[in-house]
Amino acid sequence: MKERLTERIRSLRVSLWTLIVPPSVWAAHFLFSYLWAALNCAKVGQFARFPTLFAVGTVLALLVILAAGAIAYVQQATPGDEPPHESGTRVDRLRFIAKSTLLLAGLSFVGVIFTATPVVFLTDCR
Amino acid sequence: MHRIGRARCAVIGAILLAGCNRHQSALAPFGVEADQVRTLTIVLLIGAVIIAGGVALLMQHAIRTPGGRLTLPQGMRLVLWLGAIGPTILLFTLLAASLPLMRPAPVGAADLRIGVEGEQFWWRVTYRPPGQPPVVTANEIRVPVGRTVEFKLSGGDIVHSFWIPGLAGKMDMIPGRTNTLVARPEKPGRYRGVCTEFCGLSHALMAFDVVAMEPAAFDAWLAGQRRPAPAPATGPARRGAQLFAANGCTGCHAIAGTDAASMIGPDLSHIGSRTAIGAGTLPMTRAALTRFIRNAPGVKPGVRMPAYTHLSDADAQAIAAYLEGLK
Ligand code: HEC
Ligand SMILES: [Cu+2]
Repeated sequence: MKERLTERIRSLRVSLWTLIVPPSVWAAHFLFSYLWAALNCAKVGQFARFPTLFAVGTVLALLVILAAGAIAYVQQATPGDEPPHESGTRVDRLRFIAKSTLLLAGLSFVGVIFTATPVVFLTDCR
Repeated sequence: MHRIGRARCAVIGAILLAGCNRHQSALAPFGVEADQVRTLTIVLLIGAVIIAGGVALLMQHAIRTPGGRLTLPQGMRLVLWLGAIGPTILLFTLLAASLPLMRPAPVGAADLRIGVEGEQFWWRVTYRPPGQPPVVTANEIRVPVGRTVEFKLSGGDIVHSFWIPGLAGKMDMIPGRTNTLVARPEKPGRYRGVCTEFCGLSHALMAFDVVAMEPAAFDAWLAGQRRPAPAPATGPARRGAQLFAANGCTGCHAIAGTDAASMIGPDLSHIGSRTAIGAGTLPMTRAALTRFIRNAPGVKPGVRMPAYTHLSDADAQAIAAYLEGLK
């Protein structure tokens, strides 16, 4: 069962597009944070006391990044070719992009938390 | 060699000490907000020194240690912890510690509001005590200690920036927008604030005195500012009052209790009680007032007050005598 899943994940397409999924989610969450604060200030005059929508959006962003990171983690553990890695084989490319995605997912995860913290702390529109 | 080193130390020390100034320093706070900022600054500074020292030691250690002391996984783990997880935790702690400082203190309807408008190159100040009509002054801000004060900041002509380093952080003054700065002065005394956004030729001459007073003294002072200007008491001062009207000063300045009511320039109703002229440019003396009246652009380049070089010295002195008496 687990091996089947691993196989399935490793056979997923990997490209520069999948690489930028975590940072794009981070960017989208950043925009979302601004819009949420701006709309609240304009419509309500203050931040919501219980920012349910914001919490849901943040958790969603974190989950997507986590999923991208988990997939990348499995992919980058694919057994690779022998060094030197100079011929751009399929598996080397997979391992490289997957590892980069994993690192970006880590960065984006922290980034989303760093963006969300001020929104939760600053409850004031002034 | 030794002597040169010592001389250099003395010079550097003197320069650093010259920067110390308890009237206008974020490191000599007299309000709650500036105090918090100073604490955060000191924490950050000490932390940065410790981290920089630690990294230097680690580098020295790495250079001196023969290769192969760490296996690849050990090395990777070191990078992961000291290079990624450690800094993340550290930065997050700092973020969480500094965010509460950005949250303005709560203000109620019973708190004093002070409107400040930045003009080229002076400050229009309007006190709005709760339940009383506003009081307009200029170029000096007085605050009661132990009470919360809400500054309402805006730009009258162009963008300026309002900063009382000892009281709170700085805040831009933008035309058409009102920014809010909440502060709580704690130590009575005389301090100084400045404009910190370049706004023209005399930007560097756009400062103001800040006086933090005991609440009772503040209330008494504010009541005094609310009264009309005192009538001129001496002969020269009476002549000065006439010259003031005859020379068109009334076209720009207001003096409560007289016909002068224009708000183009600073309100002069109680200018004699201020300690400086021209937004901290000259001390409040008869000679300095005379000089400013005869040639304001010579004192403050770009100022929006014409020169009155055709006024005789005696006439300018008479006006100065009149203004000096407006306590
Ligand atoms: C065209 C408008 C205008 C006229 C006319 C004018 N002033 Fe002024 N005056 C100003 C402005 C603007 C300032 C603020 C200058 C600054 O500090 O940047 C000022 C500042 C001053 C100050 C210093 C105020 C302070 O708070 O420190 C004095 C004193 C003064 N004027 C006196 C006079 C006298 C006396 C006359 C008449 C002889 C006169 N002014 C005519 C515009 C005017
Ligand atoms: Cu200015």
